[in-house]
Amino acid sequence: MDSLIACHECDLLHRVQPPPEGGVAKCVRCGAVLHHRKRNSLDRTLSLTIAGLILFVVANTHPFLALKSGGLVQQTTLITGIKELYAQGMEALALLVLFTSILAPLVHLAGMLYVLLPLKFNRLPRNLPGVFRLVQSLQPWGMMEVFMLGILVSVVKLAKMGEIVPGIALYSFLVLIFVLAASTASLDPHLIWKRWEQSK
Amino acid sequence: MKQLALTAREALLVSCHGCHLLCRVPSPNDSREAHCPRCGASLHQRKPNSIARTWALVLAAFIFYIPANVLPITTVISLGKAQSDTIMSGVIYFMATGMWPIALVIFIASVFVPLAKLLILSCLLISVQRRSNWRPHDRTRLYRITEAVGRWSMLDIFVVTILVALVKLRALATIEAGPAAVFFAAVVVTTMFAAMSFDPRLIWDEREQRYE
Repeated sequence: MDSLIACHECDLLHRVQPPPEGGVAKCVRCGAVLHHRKRNSLDRTLSLTIAGLILFVVANTHPFLALKSGGLVQQTTLITGIKELYAQGMEALALLVLFTSILAPLVHLAGMLYVLLPLKFNRLPRNLPGVFRLVQSLQPWGMMEVFMLGILVSVVKLAKMGEIVPGIALYSFLVLIFVLAASTASLDPHLIWKRWEQSK
Repeated sequence: MKQLALTAREALLVSCHGCHLLCRVPSPNDSREAHCPRCGASLHQRKPNSIARTWALVLAAFIFYIPANVLPITTVISLGKAQSDTIMSGVIYFMATGMWPIALVIFIASVFVPLAKLLILSCLLISVQRRSNWRPHDRTRLYRITEAVGRWSMLDIFVVTILVALVKLRALATIEAGPAAVFFAAVVVTTMFAAMSFDPRLIWDEREQRYE
């Protein structure tokens, strides 16, 4: 079945047949991706979301990084720096870091689970459009991969001051970055909206 | 896939920002805000007030960019002595100690990317306002790049967060965040909002007006 789509980047109208699984439909004028049909989108995204939630809990509850220097050990978790910024009077900054490194990924994962789990069992979650739109609008604000690069830079900066000991949470955090990226890549928003439309 | 050589606007249709459903243009007599029948997002032909909003955010970011680079971003208090560092002094320190890959990463993420992003957005805004028809393809690509790389400027904010958490060795050494960190965060947030409020379809709108 053909359907009409307007390119979201240049507004050109296209009559698009749904591409085959794994296929991409691009705008003929500006090259923007109109529809990328993902293989097994719902199952893959759901399983990656659940994996992500488990990793998220580990990353936030276990030791993250420690600095050993001259007999002193400073043990930290993911939230320590945020608390410390807050204590130093940088409340806005602390909130921004909290939002981009913890809250945005958490709401993303929880929101995806909320939308996908009922769909998997052919049910509809309450207020699907609102939750799914929220998840999509938060996407640019999750910055865990930038945080990871920040850790790398910090480790180099502190190399002279002492020994850096990575904790189990750091490894969970690293894997979580890839799991989140994979779950975003396997999600097909058209599929979600189609399911919602058909059920109404 | 067939091209209809017609834009949604010419066909009196609106593409929903939330779910990309094509909807009929709401009648101008209706004073209520129009919403997408599928996902409930409010419908706009183009992002509302795109040029004015983007300019305002870009100018604000240009202003924040100055204190972000001039004021200290961290203060190291070691054995009673305090030493303040700006972003550039950190870069220079790494260059001097031979760790130029790290120096390069910090320079690109904190100094080059925000400035390049602001300049590109300004050029896009000027080109749209002058109704330029110059290489819309490349301008759209520039826009996509600015939208994608902006987040990496948060690097220095995260570095400060981690340093502040780790370096608390009582009298030996502590690190405090400096005022530049706040301005720097403001640059990143305002440029991200600026990129979001710019509508790339404005680049292409000029074309249709020429063919008419």
